[in-house]
Amino acid sequence: MIFRNADVVLGREVVRADIRTESGRIAEIAESIQADGESIDCTGLTVFPGLIDIHVHLRDPGYEQKEDIFSGSRAAVKGGFTQICCMPNTNPVIDNKVVAAYIKARAAEADLCKIHPIGAITKGQKGEELSAIGGMKAAGVVALSEDGKSVRNSKLMANAMLYASDFGLKCLCHCEDAALTEGCSVHEGTYSTLTGLKGSIRAAEDIMIARDICLSESLGIPVHICHVSTYSGVKLIREAKARGVKVTAETCPHYFTLTDAAIATFDTNTKVNPPLREERDRLAIIEGLKDGTIDCIVTDHAPHHEDDKNVEYDLAAFGISGLETSFALSYTALVGRGGCRKRGAGDFTLPDLSEKMSANPARILGLEGGEIAVGAPADLTIADLAQEWTIRPAEFVSRGKNTPFAGRKVFGKIRYTVVDGKIKYPFPALGGAGTDGGARK
Amino acid sequence: MKDILGLLPLEAEKIDRILSLGLTMKARLRRGEKTLPTLVGKSAVTLFYENSTRTRCSFELAGKYLGAQVVNISASSSSVQKGESLVDTGKTLDAMKNDFIIIRHPMSGAPGLLARTVKAHVVNAGDGMNEHPSQALLDMLTMREHLGTIEGLRVAILGDIRHSRVAKSNLYGLRKLGAEVRMFAPATLMPAGLATMGAKICSSREEAVEGADVVMGLRIQLERQKAGNFPSLSEYAKYYGVNEDVMKYAKPTALIMHPGPVNRGVELTCGLIDGEASRIEDQVLSGLAVRMAMLTILNEEEEA
Repeated sequence: MIFRNADVVLGREVVRADIRTESGRIAEIAESIQADGESIDCTGLTVFPGLIDIHVHLRDPGYEQKEDIFSGSRAAVKGGFTQICCMPNTNPVIDNKVVAAYIKARAAEADLCKIHPIGAITKGQKGEELSAIGGMKAAGVVALSEDGKSVRNSKLMANAMLYASDFGLKCLCHCEDAALTEGCSVHEGTYSTLTGLKGSIRAAEDIMIARDICLSESLGIPVHICHVSTYSGVKLIREAKARGVKVTAETCPHYFTLTDAAIATFDTNTKVNPPLREERDRLAIIEGLKDGTIDCIVTDHAPHHEDDKNVEYDLAAFGISGLETSFALSYTALVGRGGCRKRGAGDFTLPDLSEKMSANPARILGLEGGEIAVGAPADLTIADLAQEWTIRPAEFVSRGKNTPFAGRKVFGKIRYTVVDGKIKYPFPALGGAGTDGGARK
Repeated sequence: MKDILGLLPLEAEKIDRILSLGLTMKARLRRGEKTLPTLVGKSAVTLFYENSTRTRCSFELAGKYLGAQVVNISASSSSVQKGESLVDTGKTLDAMKNDFIIIRHPMSGAPGLLARTVKAHVVNAGDGMNEHPSQALLDMLTMREHLGTIEGLRVAILGDIRHSRVAKSNLYGLRKLGAEVRMFAPATLMPAGLATMGAKICSSREEAVEGADVVMGLRIQLERQKAGNFPSLSEYAKYYGVNEDVMKYAKPTALIMHPGPVNRGVELTCGLIDGEASRIEDQVLSGLAVRMAMLTILNEEEEA
């Protein structure tokens, strides 16, 4: 397959080139490739290294009414993702090799993007005993996370980091001091007062960020901080990096595109954990992305059934269905193009965006891919950056239609998602793994 | 107007109309003229997910005095116990052709969710820490009756502001009609951002009460003490309660108000509760009158 005449994000450059793939790998990158065979005209399109999302909830097994591996895979490739890592808060929890193997098997069946399970740090995410870390690693788990909560017991967390390091696994830390978030739905500030919704203060997140940085520093073991939402958390990570702590961090599009002002309507699609914060936080997150404090953008894709959201705000499930909007939201907010140039962050470039969505996530978890280079897997995300479109949840292929971005206009439409040299979006024709029902043999 | 969900979304003109009609209702009630045929042939249901004596009774009687059929549902005896969602409960009540649903709910925003679901008029009888519009309206009615106007009044609100839907609804309503609102609470019970909504946040009881036309105490729930917000009710009364010494800073004519039920000797001293300046009992009659006015106006605008 040859992708012709594209703007290719090649490391720190954007160059006009053709890309030839062979046997699932990139075989040649050149200004003009003289070869026969199937080719796709990419004039006016931009080719990125395949996007990688290391924080996704696929809900499978256990909560298939919200999402399953098939629908989640479809959402992923529609959103431009060639690799995703799925969190362990399923039912049963991914805390042993059997569940991890199930996910790998279903992912192979779906055959759209690469799916890597993340194992729970403790059995059943109960915070009591270490889960079967070695066994899970053998079954394909690429990292560990207690997801949705912190391991409260600091000694157990230290042991987890030490033991996981024997298997080359990193802990991805959801940072939340549970005593400070009990009963809370939102961020504490003017908007929690205005709505009367119970809010948590930044310290609820920051305390655990600080603790996990301290553990990392004391033990000399790398650690990754999940979905940073506070300006003060960004500062803690920046300072830790400056003194050489091996800490990496991620954030999500909603933390740099929305603030807690969005909760004023009681729209339960704005309920997310950690909560939407204030403008100073939003700006600090963008600053953190720019200066490298925050290494990558993830979706924290958290699909829910309508019934989980069409309830009282306090009862609504946390989370945003994000796979299908992440690229466009990030591109529009951070890089900007055409009519939305002035809304972009200005000096944030396409290679910067690509680093946050491909190279860095790959590096953090040691995944193959994340770059366009001869010999690398032919994982490519091809987008029309000039195309403006409106986010419409009804058009999501994810089962989770829960998004606070309905009606928002964004730039950057995914045109092709290529995994190991095969086009996975637009979806392959029926008979393959294209549609939901069709793929279930 | 379909619903009354709070005073934040209600225009000043509407608030003023409710108060004016409420004053008429109150005068009638004082004369012993209780009933009117306004809502004959209509039905109302009170849907209470939280315990309440005065608010529920007041709404129920308001409906009945206006001629409506009123049914009471409380969460403890309803299908809520069987796990029915609010949205489904609302659809059920709508299917029975209810004209009004009066809802109290422990969660902020629940009446709004119900209002989006049903055709019936929804009246918020208190939701979580969000709003309690009928309480604020009855407070304002009491002020207008005894002080002649709302505009230019200085109203001091003291107590558990953080958890108080009453304080917020009063703030919204009083500000819209041109009153000044001063607030004071222990630091643990003062939420963020009220200053941006027009309240003057004070650092002492005396500062809050200084020159006030109305001094309002808010109920302290015992559970707040257990949650570590203050050491004991007696310490609360000593450092944060309103007493005769504090009242010396208010105008000599200042009224004492409280949404009830009052913890005697905690938010206010017994002397103030039972004293001449107290309008606490009169607030109850204002409540009945203002709720009759609310139902009447919702009904009128439907027919108009």
